[in-house]
Amino acid sequence: MPPRFLPERDRDLWRDATAMSLGICIVGVSFGALATAAGLPWWIPVGMSLLTYAATSQFAMLAVVLAGGGLLAGLAAGVLVHLRHIPYGLAVGDLYWNKWWTRLLGTFMLIDQSTAFALAAGEDKRRAKAAYWITTAVMFVAWNAGTVIGVLAGGFIPDPDVFGLDAAFPALLLALVMPALKDRATLIAVLVGAGIAAGTAPFLPTGVPVLLAILGVLAAWPRGGKEAAA
Amino acid sequence: MTMLAAILALAAGTYLIRLSGAVLRDRITLSPRAEAVIRAGAVVVLLALAATSTLLVDGAWGGWALPAGVLVGGVLAWRKAPLAIVVIAAAATTAVLRLIGVA
Repeated sequence: MPPRFLPERDRDLWRDATAMSLGICIVGVSFGALATAAGLPWWIPVGMSLLTYAATSQFAMLAVVLAGGGLLAGLAAGVLVHLRHIPYGLAVGDLYWNKWWTRLLGTFMLIDQSTAFALAAGEDKRRAKAAYWITTAVMFVAWNAGTVIGVLAGGFIPDPDVFGLDAAFPALLLALVMPALKDRATLIAVLVGAGIAAGTAPFLPTGVPVLLAILGVLAAWPRGGKEAAA
Repeated sequence: MTMLAAILALAAGTYLIRLSGAVLRDRITLSPRAEAVIRAGAVVVLLALAATSTLLVDGAWGGWALPAGVLVGGVLAWRKAPLAIVVIAAAATTAVLRLIGVA
């Protein structure tokens, strides 16, 4: 019999989040191993995963630092690729905006997956909240466990691409937002936005193209448009 | 020491970014239309992220194996397959294609 805080109706969320967590864990292993193999002390990757909890930002900073670009440039790269979380917070921020500690913790736990899972719940606020917290908690454990394993594994650096994990992430996002695409305006915004992002990505620093994609919203909801809320 | 400062700076920077969206949302009253636009904004960013990470690796065309896997996942999602199946099929397709030598 499941405990009371684990209602049967959210079983699927736990199952999906746990399934996803294996992939995140392997990416975490590669992060920890890469940093360790480059000669960084163990507490750097472990501290980054624990305090930042943002895979793309951590990899961006690590890549610049390992390439000899310096800490400041690495920091700038890490912050730049993280700016996409501003629209995430705008969209799902109300889900954890209750008590002071849920605000603090919920803010820290804002990631691509928790946003996508919460949005996939649609209008059902209770389920959106459950989706947000369950997925992000499972991912947090997996990401940090992976990082620690990677540090301990030392010289062995797994390549997540061998397992096709670089395809798993976009496929997950695609599947989660697909129901939202039934709305015609959202579909137009997404198509224009994805086009802008893919078209500009070869020429702009990582992180900027997905921000430019927001212009797609303007294409679907011109100022003063009336059919918007439909 | 400077490395520690850099780690703390990244943690603080990412936290403030995460905070800004929710704080902004709390400050304004959202009409149903604005709510729809804001949700669409997040969907657009998520799918733009999916698109760029499907087509490009380090700023250049990432080869066929990656988009082929995502396409398989996308079709399965379209046919309402369970999420875990979608993700595993996408990863497996890409992994197998790479194994047989498709870039």
